[in-house]
Amino acid sequence: MAGDGFPLKGLLTGMKLTMKAFLKKPITVNYPLEKETPVPRARGVIALDIEACTVCMLCARECPDWCIYIEGHKEEIPPATEGGRVRTRAKLDRFDIDYALCMYCGICVEVCPFDALFWSPDYEYSEYRISEMLHDKERLTDWLATVPEPPPLES
Amino acid sequence: MNFWLALVVKVVAILAVMLPGALVIIFGELKISAHMQSRIGPYFAGGRWGWAQPLADGLKFLQKEDLVPDAADASVYKLAPYVVLMGTLATFVIIPFGPDLVPENLDLGLFYLLAVSSLSTLGVLMAGWSSGNKYSLIGGLRAAAQLIAYELPLVLAAVAVAVQAGTLSLIGIVEAQATTELFGLNIHLPYVLTGQIVGFAIFLVASLAELSRIPFDMPIAESELTMGYLTEYSGIRFTMFFLGEYAGMVSMAAVAATLYLGGYWLPGLSDEVLNIAGPFILLTKVMLLAFLFIWMRWTFPRLREDQLQSLAWKWLIPVALVNIVLTAFFKVVF
Repeated sequence: MAGDGFPLKGLLTGMKLTMKAFLKKPITVNYPLEKETPVPRARGVIALDIEACTVCMLCARECPDWCIYIEGHKEEIPPATEGGRVRTRAKLDRFDIDYALCMYCGICVEVCPFDALFWSPDYEYSEYRISEMLHDKERLTDWLATVPEPPPLES
Repeated sequence: MNFWLALVVKVVAILAVMLPGALVIIFGELKISAHMQSRIGPYFAGGRWGWAQPLADGLKFLQKEDLVPDAADASVYKLAPYVVLMGTLATFVIIPFGPDLVPENLDLGLFYLLAVSSLSTLGVLMAGWSSGNKYSLIGGLRAAAQLIAYELPLVLAAVAVAVQAGTLSLIGIVEAQATTELFGLNIHLPYVLTGQIVGFAIFLVASLAELSRIPFDMPIAESELTMGYLTEYSGIRFTMFFLGEYAGMVSMAAVAATLYLGGYWLPGLSDEVLNIAGPFILLTKVMLLAFLFIWMRWTFPRLREDQLQSLAWKWLIPVALVNIVLTAFFKVVF
């Protein structure tokens, strides 16, 4: 019945394979008890540096599924010296990312001209409700602490 | 001893061996299948190794509603699981656990055994026919076709053992294995090593088919027949079928161990020792065979229906017939 070699060779080869797997250690990681370390550049969650953000809206415009919501207003800063010019600065009111919509493409991180968005390898932010997946700027700022150091520049 | 008292003791003893045996094999199946797929399997139920998983599964099944479809033939539908379990339990009546530890030593033991082991398939056919579901019907008919095809090699393989032993009583067959001398030397070996290796292989293949286990699970065949004759069953009745399948493994493995591996007997042990150690020796052999069944299940793919039939009629039955002729020949010559 077997193609070549002695009869039933195929059956015995199969049984050998399963026995080998049986004797090996299982590859299961018991998730809540043991955790795998994500690779350094893992796309876990997007962190926001509020100080660097200029409310330029580039990320929100480039986002393919429009999951970034930004609101802001202009603020006037009084002149530093007498008779100086009054400066304006953009102030961020709202920066929400809807992770129920996000497809982790990373275009927002790529497109940000002021390095305000970063990839963080943290992945444990699941929720019971889909509406709770909308994370505000405070939450996004918290993730800034988990962003790894950028790799050294290539010489 | 009083007849009724003895009856109760025997029934309790059979249940005490069979039900835990089935649970152990269910647990073994969960764990062995997991490790053969590089998984861990049940892990948390009961604390360590997930040992309570089969019990938890059973409790869960008991809580489910016992559904009877409108189109079903209710009385037959409800009776079927019990018939399946009954056929499996009945085989235990003649399995010897020791020289004196046998529920009932029938002279026609082997004959009785092959007769009642077909009862389970009748239950399966009842389930398939009465469910009022086309998948169940096809599953039941497949089971019947499979039984007719594989009962023959099973019986023919067992006939060769009966010829070699010169008796149909199972205890007689074990004693024949314990006393047969090989070439006049003082060596006693089980039949699998003294000429019945081919018969053993045929018996194993045929009993896998009788139990409808992969690679012979065409009556269930999820991918083609949803769950075959099990499709409409739920709750306690499904548990009965489930338990029946694994209890069937215990009984088939016990029969194979008795016929070919020497049953409760190990070389070099006296009758007094065997009366105590016999059950454990038999259960060890049963568990080894059950491991083989599980191992095969998680290795081989399911056969097609026509491959199943041609394997039985074109290969197993002719080989079993030649096996009988050769056994009889050597029996006469030596």
